[in-house]
Amino acid sequence: MSEIAEKVKAIIIDKLGVEASEVTPEASFTNDLGADSLDTVELIMEFEKEFNVSIPDDQAENIGTVGQAISYLEEHAK
Amino acid sequence: MSSIRRVVVTGLGAITPLGNTAPAYWEGLRAGISGAATITRFDATKFKTRFACEVKGYQPDDFFDRKEGRKMDLFTQFGVIAADEAIADSGLLQSSVNKDRVGVIWGSGIGGLKSLQEECFQFERGDGTPRYSPFFIPRMIADSASGNISIKNGFRGPNFVTTSACASSNDSIIAAFNNIRLGLADVMITGGSEAAITESGVGGFNALKAMSERNDDPASASRPYDKDRDGFVLGEGAGALVLEEYEHAKARGAKIYAELIGGGMSSDAYHITAPDPSGSGVVLVMQNALRDAGIAVTEVDYINTHGTSTPLGDGAEIKAIEQVFGEHTPTLNISSTKSMTGHLLGGAGGVEAVACLMAMQHGQVPPTINLHTPDPEINQNLNFTPNVAQVRDVRVAMSNTFGFGGHNTSVIFRKL
Repeated sequence: MSEIAEKVKAIIIDKLGVEASEVTPEASFTNDLGADSLDTVELIMEFEKEFNVSIPDDQAENIGTVGQAISYLEEHAK
Repeated sequence: MSSIRRVVVTGLGAITPLGNTAPAYWEGLRAGISGAATITRFDATKFKTRFACEVKGYQPDDFFDRKEGRKMDLFTQFGVIAADEAIADSGLLQSSVNKDRVGVIWGSGIGGLKSLQEECFQFERGDGTPRYSPFFIPRMIADSASGNISIKNGFRGPNFVTTSACASSNDSIIAAFNNIRLGLADVMITGGSEAAITESGVGGFNALKAMSERNDDPASASRPYDKDRDGFVLGEGAGALVLEEYEHAKARGAKIYAELIGGGMSSDAYHITAPDPSGSGVVLVMQNALRDAGIAVTEVDYINTHGTSTPLGDGAEIKAIEQVFGEHTPTLNISSTKSMTGHLLGGAGGVEAVACLMAMQHGQVPPTINLHTPDPEINQNLNFTPNVAQVRDVRVAMSNTFGFGGHNTSVIFRKL
């Protein structure tokens, strides 16, 4: 797993209070990991901070699973 | 008045600088200990006041899962913890209670001060890009305490927070009382909480010259009615009551601590922070509470005073008590438990109501500690319950709290 993927997983585990085993690429933040809309906003902010990127709202809307977050950040992280 | 329903107290909870449950709090009160010590919540080295009455040994993880705890300011955490204790004590959830008829009215003078401060600091340190947490506003707003208590328990009745500075939680108790009396709810969770031992809280009260600066001896700094008092000591924590309509409580066989028989409110209409030296607003509030309760002054055994240990306020309140209670005044037990807990601001009325109810239950009046040199300006013939708890069958207790803004509140409990 890439370094970015490891960091993304760690952030999700910390912010959503879930077990590492639940954080699979297919896992949806809201449907599988118990996030509400505010948790999702916070996750995006943490990704922005950790990876020094700015994720526009229209793109943030397309980041709904662990795998989507990793792909986005692997492409955009500086 | 026959349509007005009776209201009793069926549960108590507290998390305080003296102890983290209501029984532990009572043990501290009865023993006459001080909750004051050097501030640990932040580095106060450069502050005029470097001590406070903090809640001790508190770990949020003992009460909340990490995700849940992070979404609540400390004042909300304290509120949820005290409310949970009071609800468990009342046995309410073991009965078939209709949760549509259970409400929460909570008191907080400030709300999430730490959350506000942290977010502002963080923005200030950045490059101007706004990175505010989506949880910032819900953590900060004062009503998040009553909101969280209701969400956790599914209580769908009336729900809001009262804010009247240091009178906030007596106002919440009175509002909860009225909701039950008027038939708008059958059970109300009430009380209040505060957590303002932060840089901005201590700095702000220091700027008002309201707080004691006795840094060399924190434990003796809160000394109501003592000649050498120099201001209040900041406290934190929460006190919670379960109020219940009398027939509702009887029908489910609930333990009843006492009846809440009266609440009074008034305003000084004088100055935004200074108490009216004439005490006329304080006279009015006690008269209003006594009239609401329908009792004579001679029936009152104990007054838990506002008594914050400020040079001006303590004397004015006692003069007002003498004016209201007349020749009965020397027979009263009077004490300021703020001598031990410090001043919980918007949480004061909650923890002081718990003190009154525990005093009734145990037949003991908690003391005013650090009262060594009585102030000659204050009538020396009164019983301030100095330094040591006194045995007394407390049948009727009055609890006063007053707040910046000139808000005065008084509640009266009576044994059934």
